[in-house]
Amino acid sequence: MKIIKVLGTGCANCKNTLKLIEEVAKARGVEIQLEKVEDLKQIMTSGVMSTPGVVIDDKVVHAGGVPSREKVEGWF
Amino acid sequence: MTSTTIAPNPAPNPAFASRAAWAWTLAFLAAWIALYASLTPIADALLSLLPLERGTHLAEAVHFFIYDTPKVLLLLTLIVFVMGVVQTFFSPERTRALLAGKREGVGNVMSASLGIVTPFCSCSAVPLFMGFVMAGVPLGVTFSFLISAPMINEIALGLLFALFGWKVAVLYLILGLFVAILAGWVIGRLKLEHLLEDWVREMAQSANAKETEVPQGMGWPERFAAGRHHVREIVGKVWPYILGGIALGAVIHGYVPEDFMAAIMGRDAWWSVPAAVLIGVPMYTNAAGIIPVVEALLAKGAALGTVLAFMMSVIALSLPEMIILRKVLKVKLIAIFVGVVASGILLVGFVFNAVL
Repeated sequence: MKIIKVLGTGCANCKNTLKLIEEVAKARGVEIQLEKVEDLKQIMTSGVMSTPGVVIDDKVVHAGGVPSREKVEGWF
Repeated sequence: MTSTTIAPNPAPNPAFASRAAWAWTLAFLAAWIALYASLTPIADALLSLLPLERGTHLAEAVHFFIYDTPKVLLLLTLIVFVMGVVQTFFSPERTRALLAGKREGVGNVMSASLGIVTPFCSCSAVPLFMGFVMAGVPLGVTFSFLISAPMINEIALGLLFALFGWKVAVLYLILGLFVAILAGWVIGRLKLEHLLEDWVREMAQSANAKETEVPQGMGWPERFAAGRHHVREIVGKVWPYILGGIALGAVIHGYVPEDFMAAIMGRDAWWSVPAAVLIGVPMYTNAAGIIPVVEALLAKGAALGTVLAFMMSVIALSLPEMIILRKVLKVKLIAIFVGVVASGILLVGFVFNAVL
């Protein structure tokens, strides 16, 4: 199971990203564990500066803005 | 914006996708040029349909609105598209890597310049600030970036270009850079590291920030798509403000007497520059709404330096941004930041009014 973290301090784009990942995972039937990280210190230690960032299994795959649907589909 | 916003199709053939993206972009540019070239005839035709006599207040206002609205929206769309494409070549992570370890001076110039082309959203100002400081970018250099990124944005430049011509747009760009470099340098000289919030300093010292290079790997189709997305996002959001601004500008054009502003915002009224900055700092509106109004004021005798100072202080310094930055900066540092930037803007206003 993939552990996916969305990093962001609660802006609208972060919520949209979270929703998008959830949708795509459901459509694909992939089981994931989705987490939202809002703590600034944690965000900073992951190395992401532009939020929202997406981390899959401790690897940063996206930073800055809502990812496109195709990009999200590519993760599964 | 043209109506041909095709959803990016997940074509299996990359060569085909690439050709489609180029074709779309060229078609967009051709349509843009055709539209732009026919702006005046279309506006003339529209105006001749209306039962208005030139010279009346109402006719002047309507004239201004009909001519300026399509022109402004067209130019803004093009500039936002281009900036959206340009920004795909930059990322905050890359900019940070370029700036880390740079000395003050050179670093200020670089970071202010990178602030123009690096994608920036005030909602991620805090993570960005932290990221810079933790990577060892000097505080003053970080501030140069934080000043130039919001102040010199594509909306401001696009609208200035549309309403005042390229000279004023370039002037705004140069003066914005000047303020960002100077203010950042001054803040660096003041050695204010102790005015960062304590947890920020702790984290900066532990310096366990990973240098993550976010995978980019973009081809031109993706870059064009990013440009289109940028247009949808920005022009889609600001057009009501632009219409509102132009409408208000149109009223000023039609009904406010010539030279009305000369006494209040003219060149001879020296106090108008500080007054403009004082009024501008707490004001928060995006550039979209303010610029058409400013253009109308200028036509009524306001001085360009005063007007530019007003615009800069509205765009560069805003209360919401201060509140966001309060998470990482102590109040005293925020006050110094506002003071230094406002002084820089003041200088720009005075020099401008004196020279032009």
